[in-house]
Amino acid sequence: MRVNSNVKYRIGKSTGFQVLTIGLAFACVVPLIFILIYIIEAGITKINWHFITNLPKPVGEAGGGVANALLGSMIIIGCASVIAIPFGILCGIYLSENKTSKLAYWSRLCVDILQGVPSIVVGIVAYFWLVKPLGGFSALSGSAALAIMMLPIIIRSTEETLLMLPDSLREAAYALGMPFHRVILKVIIPCGISGILSGVMLSVARIAGETAPLLFTAFGNPYLSGNVLKPMQSLPLLIFNYATSPYNDWHDLAWGASCILLIFVLLLNIFTKLITRKWKVQL
Amino acid sequence: METTVDNNLITRPENILGRVITSAKIRDAVKGIKRIQRSHRQIKAENVFRKTIILVALAMVVLVMGILLTLILQSVLSVKATGIGYLWGKTWDPVRDIFGAYPFILGTILTSFLALFISIPFSFAVAIFLGEYYPKGWLPNLLKNTVELIAAVPSVIYGFWGLAVLVPIVRVFETKIGVQPIGLGIFTSSLILAVMIIPYAASLGQSMIKMVPSNLKEAAYSLGATRWEVIRSVILPYTKSGLFAGILLSLGRALGETMAVTMVIGNTSLIPKSIFAPGNTMASVIANEFTEADHPVYLSALIELGLVLFLVTVVINMIGKRLTKQFTI
Amino acid sequence: MKIGNKLALAAIAIVVSGGLMLTGCNGGGSGSGSKSDTTDNTILGAGATFPNPLYSKMFSEYNKINGLKVNYQSIGSGGGIQQLTSMTVDFGASDAPMNGKQDSAIKAPVVHIPATAGAVVISYNLPDVKDTLNFTPDVVAGIFLGDIKKWNDPKIAEINKGVKLPSIDIQVSHRSDGSGTTNIFTTYLCKVNKDWETKVGKGSAVNWPVGLGGKGNEGVAGGVKQTPGGIGYVELAYACQNNMSYGKLKNKAGNFILPSISSVTAAANIEIPADGKVSLTNTDAPDGYPISGLSWILVYKEQKYNDRSLDKVTKMLKLVQWMTHEGQQYSGALNYAPLSAKAVAVGDAILKSVTYDGKPVLQ
Repeated sequence: MRVNSNVKYRIGKSTGFQVLTIGLAFACVVPLIFILIYIIEAGITKINWHFITNLPKPVGEAGGGVANALLGSMIIIGCASVIAIPFGILCGIYLSENKTSKLAYWSRLCVDILQGVPSIVVGIVAYFWLVKPLGGFSALSGSAALAIMMLPIIIRSTEETLLMLPDSLREAAYALGMPFHRVILKVIIPCGISGILSGVMLSVARIAGETAPLLFTAFGNPYLSGNVLKPMQSLPLLIFNYATSPYNDWHDLAWGASCILLIFVLLLNIFTKLITRKWKVQL
Repeated sequence: METTVDNNLITRPENILGRVITSAKIRDAVKGIKRIQRSHRQIKAENVFRKTIILVALAMVVLVMGILLTLILQSVLSVKATGIGYLWGKTWDPVRDIFGAYPFILGTILTSFLALFISIPFSFAVAIFLGEYYPKGWLPNLLKNTVELIAAVPSVIYGFWGLAVLVPIVRVFETKIGVQPIGLGIFTSSLILAVMIIPYAASLGQSMIKMVPSNLKEAAYSLGATRWEVIRSVILPYTKSGLFAGILLSLGRALGETMAVTMVIGNTSLIPKSIFAPGNTMASVIANEFTEADHPVYLSALIELGLVLFLVTVVINMIGKRLTKQFTI
Repeated sequence: MKIGNKLALAAIAIVVSGGLMLTGCNGGGSGSGSKSDTTDNTILGAGATFPNPLYSKMFSEYNKINGLKVNYQSIGSGGGIQQLTSMTVDFGASDAPMNGKQDSAIKAPVVHIPATAGAVVISYNLPDVKDTLNFTPDVVAGIFLGDIKKWNDPKIAEINKGVKLPSIDIQVSHRSDGSGTTNIFTTYLCKVNKDWETKVGKGSAVNWPVGLGGKGNEGVAGGVKQTPGGIGYVELAYACQNNMSYGKLKNKAGNFILPSISSVTAAANIEIPADGKVSLTNTDAPDGYPISGLSWILVYKEQKYNDRSLDKVTKMLKLVQWMTHEGQQYSGALNYAPLSAKAVAVGDAILKSVTYDGKPVLQ
């Protein structure tokens, strides 16, 4: 059968579109790969033991490291997690157990709103709630701002993980006479632990790189400090301040810090994906 | 002597049975009391737990209300001073207390929509590729994970890379087309934003496209449609609102993006004359000027800007989410 | 082990290690093994980027001498004043004395102690031009107003005879944040150019007719350095540290002066009023650089607020005193002008007037 030219044209269009789609789809990962390679190349040469354990030197002196930012980031992220994880998981439990009550509707709405709030607005609010009343900048206020940003991610992933568990699990536990809190804490949560954990890790990865909320809460600190009631430096703040400066030594520090931050965030994300291969959590 | 008597009493068979039965009854009674006590404790604990999770859910609502309230309360000063003209005032002059948000609203809209335009072909290509052409396989999986990693990179790193690498490239480009070669500006920030927001529309679009019922597609194929025609006439119309929701989510993300934009937009409070000119977005001006707003009206004007940003992003995100919910529930 | 126990163990481990880290760092951080945690060995300051290179060197040296840690964030003079007003920092730093609006916003009197003097230079990025360019006040005003748009404009050419100027556009960089450097620069322009005074005025953050904004002196220096044909106003130390070219400026006496330690010192050699606030711009001195400025440390006059301890206040005032005396030895290497004897004397008098609970702190 001769295939007439109209059909050939249509088939040609279809193949053309397929080629275009494949091309565009792979083209959009090109910038990412380019960025990754550039940053790792620029930063990996700057990272050495000296870099990790030293404090930044005054302007104009060579050397210096990012020890204060590394420690500060760890402390701020740790405090934010301690604040956000219990609240997030408990709220996720509530939302998964009560699908239809009024409070659940409003709460879900508010979690959705929270997810869309720009990070700079969270920073403003944390400034007025924590920095002004406490009379100073502190790592704690920065952690609180970051905790607010972590909450929606943890809540949604907890809720969706728990919703995916079969009802029979709950009903079997109830049938054995277990009280509500035992059912949740000893049966449901352990079953959904990988989904919840992946939500936690994703939220940590998200806030590890957040700068805007820390601009007016944690403020920065050129010294190594462990006191959460005082200002503290963190990796993204350091990168922002040093990248926009004209000093080449500070640019080097920023590249090294970017490399560390990037690798940390990427590893966390890849690790999470490996864990959630069993549980498909749509965020 | 007494012990032997006792022993006898205890160890004589009838007495043992009696004792066993009595002690069994006592044990049962004790167990029963303990069970009731435990049940009471459990019920109390259960109630405490239930109340706790209700409180936590309530706390979320209170948190969001608190954020809104704080923003509104702090902006009151500026609203009283400038009034509704704030939104289209063209001058931002902190020295003379003239605050007009129009340059920043314009800057935000320009960067976000330009970024959206640039990113839509790529997002849709990824969505169609993963949803329709190659839904399974290791290569598509790799692509999906890589696209999601784009969203994982912190924005300050995008900003730094943009400053170091993209700005010189744009400068060369601008020299070629005859525009003043600044490098920084609306165009550069739109480019970086475009890369950052690809994953949002892509992942939502992909799940929407996967949900198109196959009998619709098969019916079209059986009528002789090519792949492209099926996509154009069946899949895209079916997933129209889902794709639109994805676009809205990308837009919401672009509007609120602060750090990457602040580093490459040029930070000028003037109305940008072209897309290659420097400008400012609402988020970037807050980031730059917040710590040094040295009189209350200035600070209040910045917070009013934050309020406008908050409302706009929330509305767009809400619309996007509502559209998505229609498909997933 | 059951999952619940594993999680509990993990949580305990995190909390314990976190606690150890905190106490360990706190104890290690304060240097001396003091028994009480209330001896606070950190002073928090914020403000001007103008003196930041000098201050960061001074604070690092002071730390070596007596272990006091000074956390200084250079967020701009406006930021320093704002944070001092909110009492979130111990001292502020500004190149602009507080103006009326800021004075009314702040609840208690603030004293200004001169700490250093520097020059605001006109820095430009023209890699092909090897000679130092000359500028006059009107040309500078014209460039920053946007009237003079190209480097080979006749107005620039006539004061730079013999220099081959490229025909590229002038790309202005200015501050995007509240800046004392901007204040010094615009105060000067208002004094010398009527057009500028009516169209823009002076202040820490003005409505710039043209140009790109950069955050801090660092941002402007970065902007000029990265843009061919760029021009901007930065503190001398920033231009020197980044090997940027800067121009000579015609002063009131008619001489083209190159900004340097000696020309700033000449401009700063004037009577300083008792409150320390004075502008050094458009100096009468024949070899003084016209855009010179002082930079001040700002503290509250009455230091007993917010539970501050006398110990902390004494440490801070001793720091400032050291900065105006021994600390001045570091200014030369970083291209800042050491304070004149008159300025140091005024500063000392002001320091002695700072009180704690009504009693002066330093004798």
